[in-house]
Amino acid sequence: MQIYMDNAATTPMSDAAVNAMLDCMKNNYGNPSSIHKTGQAARRAIEGSREAVARLIGADKKEVYFTSGGTEADNWAILAAAETGAKKGKKHIISTRFEHHAALHRLERLERQGFEISLLEVHSDGLVRPDELESAIREDTALVTVMYANNEIGTVQPIAELGAVCRSRGVVFHTDAVQAVGQVPIDVNAQNIDMLSLSAHKFHGPKGVGALYCRAGVPLPVFIEGGAQERGRRGGTENVPAIAGMAAALEEACRNMENKAKTVTAMRDRLIDAFAAVPHSRLNGHREKRLPGIASFCFEGVEGEAVLLMLDHAGISASSGSACTSGSLEPSHVLLALGLPHEIAHGSLRLSLSGYNTPEEIEKVIEVLPPIIGRLREISPVWEKIKNGGPN
Amino acid sequence: MYSETVMEHFSSPRNAGKIENADGVGEVGNAQCGDIMRMYLKIDDGVITDAKFNTFGCGAAIATSSMATEMIKGKTVDEALGLTNKAVMEALGGLPSAKMHCSVLAEEAVKAAIEDYLSKKEAV
Repeated sequence: MQIYMDNAATTPMSDAAVNAMLDCMKNNYGNPSSIHKTGQAARRAIEGSREAVARLIGADKKEVYFTSGGTEADNWAILAAAETGAKKGKKHIISTRFEHHAALHRLERLERQGFEISLLEVHSDGLVRPDELESAIREDTALVTVMYANNEIGTVQPIAELGAVCRSRGVVFHTDAVQAVGQVPIDVNAQNIDMLSLSAHKFHGPKGVGALYCRAGVPLPVFIEGGAQERGRRGGTENVPAIAGMAAALEEACRNMENKAKTVTAMRDRLIDAFAAVPHSRLNGHREKRLPGIASFCFEGVEGEAVLLMLDHAGISASSGSACTSGSLEPSHVLLALGLPHEIAHGSLRLSLSGYNTPEEIEKVIEVLPPIIGRLREISPVWEKIKNGGPN
Repeated sequence: MYSETVMEHFSSPRNAGKIENADGVGEVGNAQCGDIMRMYLKIDDGVITDAKFNTFGCGAAIATSSMATEMIKGKTVDEALGLTNKAVMEALGGLPSAKMHCSVLAEEAVKAAIEDYLSKKEAV
């Protein structure tokens, strides 16, 4: 059977999530906006889910809005803050160089529409510095958006500190927490978070559903016209089964969080230690300040997609930030933001674990990967130059 | 995403390696873009008797290198100069559009190796 180590892309669904969805699809088909009993049963499923999601991130249920996923939540949050800011003449937004494209592409579009965008450095360790955020904030800053944990390299940002900086300067703080929710404890109040995006399929829930948390008092303009759903801000009949599945998945992820994090971290560290022995390889991002499940490596002299295909052939599903997996000639913007040269960034491999992985699977990858790297290096003219000590 | 032929040539590449004292060597691409192909040719009486390659690149880059060397072995230099990226792609059962440049590199690598051979021959 295929060993699945691409959990940062998506996760297998938990039984709890599947059962919640099945139950909903079979027995709770009403339209939550209908006033009859059938509709009201569906309404209760949604509001119960909202309460659960809110509780698990330390929010109030009135502050949680269901969306189609993390990308939509990021777009909504950024557009909301931009619209609100522009009304007060504030047209400056701060983010980071290694955000998800859901944020970066939205910001690029805003830039073309007259906003000014500042992107913070993430340094070679993949971490944003709160003092650099402090100096980047201006009188006209409308929003700071910094991802909680990076999807490619897994580094976890000092969110509470960044939030405190924003709070003290009166700037709205949004975090794309798609990779973090369900993996690490989150409390929007303790961490000074004003807006937060989350996505169900990253924590063993269904695809196509997520949520935006927006603190009470932070303006949230209408995103989709056409209905009273989501407090009139996002029209359209709710995806009841998906929302129920998301809540069930998050309940389970948070219930076992500490134990799961421990075992997953131990497996991740085993991978990191084992691949440190491969010559001319590196771990991307800070060694400790990372999510339990994500480890990203670069192997010099090989190209990431070739490694992926060979791993796949050997029964292991992984991922890479190489150009060839993105359909462009540019390697991942995340790895370039760390300051890695192009030729090294091309040789990246991301292994992302979940509580469903086993130590046996880890040992299998440790056995299989080094010979694959060796085989590709054997036919690589770049490796020949590295091996002979020449300039790469 | 890849055809069976591409996967087969990637998993078991033909002619991977080097030729010592090759009659022609050509290298194209650059590491910054993620693809480098180096071709080695052995040429006797204007006929390519052996071809090998070293490639740094994705699955398509390795498969096109493998296929291109197969296609020029036993051919005359003139015939090999007529090798097109399209022919390499067709022989592989097609490539995704984002990978077309790999077949172009394979064609260019063959041409670069032959040009190296011709320029050495002239110099003698």
